[in-house]
This record gives sequence, structure tokens and C-alpha cells, in this order.
Amino acid sequence: MADLEELYREIILDHYRSPRNRGELTDPAAHRAEGFNPLCGDEVLITIIVDDGVLTDIKISGQGCSISQSSASLMSAAVKGKPVSDVRQLIDTFKTLMTVHGAQLEESDVEIEPVDLRSLGELAALQGVVKFPMRIKCATLGWNTLTQCLDDASL
Amino acid sequence: MSIFDPRLVRGDIAQLKRVVNGHPLTYLDSGATSLPPRAVVEAMDRYYALHHANVHRGVYQTAAEATALYEDARTAVARFLNAPGGASEVIFTKNCTESFNLLARSWGTANLAAGDVVLLSEMEHHANIVPWFQLRDAIGIEVRFIPVTDDFRLDLTHLDDLLRGVKLVSVTAMSNVLGTINPIRQLADAAHAVGALLAVDGAQSVAHSPTDLVAMDCDFLAFSAHKMLGPTGIGVLWGRQALLDAMPPFLGGGGMILDVRTDRFLAAEAPQRFEAGTPPIAEAIGLAEGIRYIEGVGIDAIRAHEKQLTAYALSSLADHFGDSVTVHGPPAGDDRGGVLSLTVESVHSHDVAQILDSVGVCVRPGHHCAKPLMRHLGVAATARASFGLYNDEADVDVLVEGLAQATTMFA
Repeated sequence: MADLEELYREIILDHYRSPRNRGELTDPAAHRAEGFNPLCGDEVLITIIVDDGVLTDIKISGQGCSISQSSASLMSAAVKGKPVSDVRQLIDTFKTLMTVHGAQLEESDVEIEPVDLRSLGELAALQGVVKFPMRIKCATLGWNTLTQCLDDASL
Repeated sequence: MSIFDPRLVRGDIAQLKRVVNGHPLTYLDSGATSLPPRAVVEAMDRYYALHHANVHRGVYQTAAEATALYEDARTAVARFLNAPGGASEVIFTKNCTESFNLLARSWGTANLAAGDVVLLSEMEHHANIVPWFQLRDAIGIEVRFIPVTDDFRLDLTHLDDLLRGVKLVSVTAMSNVLGTINPIRQLADAAHAVGALLAVDGAQSVAHSPTDLVAMDCDFLAFSAHKMLGPTGIGVLWGRQALLDAMPPFLGGGGMILDVRTDRFLAAEAPQRFEAGTPPIAEAIGLAEGIRYIEGVGIDAIRAHEKQLTAYALSSLADHFGDSVTVHGPPAGDDRGGVLSLTVESVHSHDVAQILDSVGVCVRPGHHCAKPLMRHLGVAATARASFGLYNDEADVDVLVEGLAQATTMFA
């Protein structure tokens, strides 16, 4: 039960109930990418504006569980207004957070540098997800889709 | 109809004695796979310990024993289904999905041409959709769907129109999402009246209600062993002997030939023609033991028990949650099986399943490999609780408690 409360932290439930940056940017200059989790049917659509190397705006739409939707919402709040290079760094850090424990679960000998949780701010609330390996794909859906969006736009 | 005591069955299922997350395991996912009784596991153990040898080849004692056990399993399946032509109509496959692929690739390729129609229903599992789309893409057949009504049944009002140009109707006996039990005999009569054949997906029906191929009058039936107390890795395609005899081989290799030369091969008779390579011998033995277990309890008694349990669950959910929990399926009755697809107001099905897991309840979240149906229902995912003969009312009560916890947490 403790684990369950760790998974469904108040911040996560808050972002699920009131997702930030919800919607779709219609600006023709917006870049867009869609992500799907074929196993569970979760889907996310991300639209972003990048101006002079800075991700100035982001909107997210789609549907899915509390973990996928709140993770995307938390991500949108964390990346908005940041230079693309910082965004890419944050994506890497977050995905490491989602794999460090994954590696520990498999009792891997591979040493992975621990993530500095302070650098993640509110995103650290998602660390409880890694105790539920079946849900890691939910948490990373938005992040992988943002990576796809940046890659597609060669940013 | 005497209803058996599920407690006696529970005693035979080791996994039901487990404690997970501090709670006794409550298994409500028999629609995905069933829990095998001890007898099934022991039959396979005994085979590997004492009788293991390759089938159909050796002349030594254990090879003869293995072959007899494997072929006895075919006989057990034929008996269980009341197959009109007996054991030679029973093909062992890898699972229900492979059975449909065999049907589409072998019968479909040999008997269908561009423009011919295969009629499915909107409540099919992907296993009975994708192989037909693959065939459409290869040879240009048309794939058509019987729609689903707002009360979760097949909409047969325009069946005559839908049947125009149809060579094969392929429909599930029971929906793995809705629990709807479809009128198979009516569909068989309608298909035969226009010269079409009927294939039936029995994955969800064979372990839960009587299967009588003579009464159903279908032409093919596909199902998996692991949903009927047997092991994974083996399924069945049953077909009428005359149809199987006219079908080309599916997979090629050893075991399915009469002769091979450097320029050609001659295929064996059915069913061996469709069983290339060393078959799943232990699994066939496990399947037969699962069938004997079901026969021991009585399939009519199992149906009566699950029907009663489904009615209890539907009324309990309605009493406790009113409109905040929706069950996507017909009301309790003769055409309703033990599958409850739930959506909980403002809680995603993954979260429902996660919270239920924390109290030891196993249900399945997601689209249940039936995305066309989910689109029709207008939901991305449901949490599905499904019954087996070992479930009882106490399991439903634990489910209700867990759902109450989910609604509180996300309120």
C-alpha cells in the first residue's frame, strides 16, 4: 500500500485532474508529433513552437492513464521556455530516472550514475513509477513523443 | 441443474493459495488465461518424467506411449466438442490466433478470390480480424463487419444485405470484451443459406458453456487450451473433414508429408498435413487433462455457476456504484457470459487495475485486442474482470471493495 501511495502522489493526481498546457497549437509554425502505447491504447499529441533555439510554447492532448497524462503535463511545465539543449538534457535525465531502477530490478551489474533528483523538481514525484515496471512505458510516452517531435524537426 | 461447489475446485488450484501484496490472490482474468488445476500440471510432469519421446516416428515403447497420449488428446478434444467426424477433424496449432491464420492462409487462399467477401463482426478479437486483412491485402478479398447494437449484441437486422457475396462468416461465440454470447446456430443457417461457411472463435466459450458442433452446425471452430484450464502453446482448429481434406498445407516441414523428393513433396492427410514439425506433445496431454477436469465438474454446471455469479456481480456493481461504474455488456441472462468490462468514472482503467492489484485482485486493463469494438464503444480502455469455474461471490465482493478504493483515491 505504501508503494501505491508512492505511485499516486498528490502532485501526480493534481496534474491528472488539471493537466497543464492542455490542447493543440494551431500556429502553422508549430511542430507536432503523435505517440501511442499500442499495449494499452494510450495516445498523446504534442505540438511545440521553437523560436531561436528556445521551446517557447507547448500543448499536449490525448488520452490515457493518470501516469501517462500527468507525466506529460509535468513535462510540459518543465520544458516550456527552456532552450532546446536544456530540454534534451532534461529528457535524458528523466529517462535515466526511469531506467536506473529498472536496471536495479533486473539486478544488473551495469553501474548507472544516480540521477540528481533536485534537478528534476516536481518531476521527481514520478520516481515511484519505477517500482511498477508495467507502468514505465506510461510515464515515458510523452517524453519519447517530445524527443520524436524534436528529432522530426531536426532541433 | 446441480451447481457444484467452487471451493472444491479452488483447492485444486495452487495459485489461488498465494498471497500477493498482503492479500489473498483474487484471480479475475480467466478471459486472458485460466489457472490450471493440479491434475493438468501433474499430467504434463508425468509425461516429461516417464513417457517423453517424439511422436509418430519411433517404434520403441516410450515413442509408442507418447504417440498414444498425443493422439488420445485429439480424441478427447473431438469428444468434448461432439465433432461429427471424430479425432481426424482436430488440428493442433500453437494457439487460437494460429488457428485463424491457418484458416485464412490455407482455406482462404485456396477458396477465395478477389471480390469475395469475408463477413466478421465488430466485436471480434484481433486474431479474427488481422489475418483476413492480410489476406485482403494479398489477394483482394473484401472484409465486412456485422455491426454491434447499442445493447451490445450483433445487429442482424440487415444480415441478408451483409451476406451478399459472402463466402465465409467468421464470428466469435462469446465476446472477450462484452461477454455477449452470439446466436451461432442462427448465423450458421444464414451463412449456409447463401452457400457460405461459418467459422467460430471459441476462445471465450469452450471453457464456459457447452460446445456441440453438431448442434452449432458451424464449419470451423478455433480456440486455445490455456483458456480452458490447459497449458499455453497449444490451440485447436476444428474443421469438417471434407473441408480439411481439400485444404492445402499451411506450414511445411517434417511430419506433414507422405513423401519428399528433390523436385516435389506430397502432403499427408489431415490433420497431420497441418502439423509440421514436432508438435506440442506435453501441451496436448495437458489440454486433454484440462478437458477431463471440465468434464468431471460438468460443463453445464460450470455454465450455471458462472451465469449465477455474473448476475450477482452485475447487481452488486449496480448497487454499490450506480452510474459511476459502467459495465459495457448486456444484462444478466442466457446470452451473457462471465466477462465484465468496466469503466470507472474519472479513473482510467490502468489506474483501476493498479489499485485492484494492491489488494490482490487480478483484472486486465486495456483494449483487449478488440480495437474496432472499443472505438464503437467510444472508450480507449476498460478494466476487465472475467470469471472461471473457480471464482465465487467472495471474489466479487473483493472486486467491489477494490473499486470503492479506486473511486475514493481519484475522487
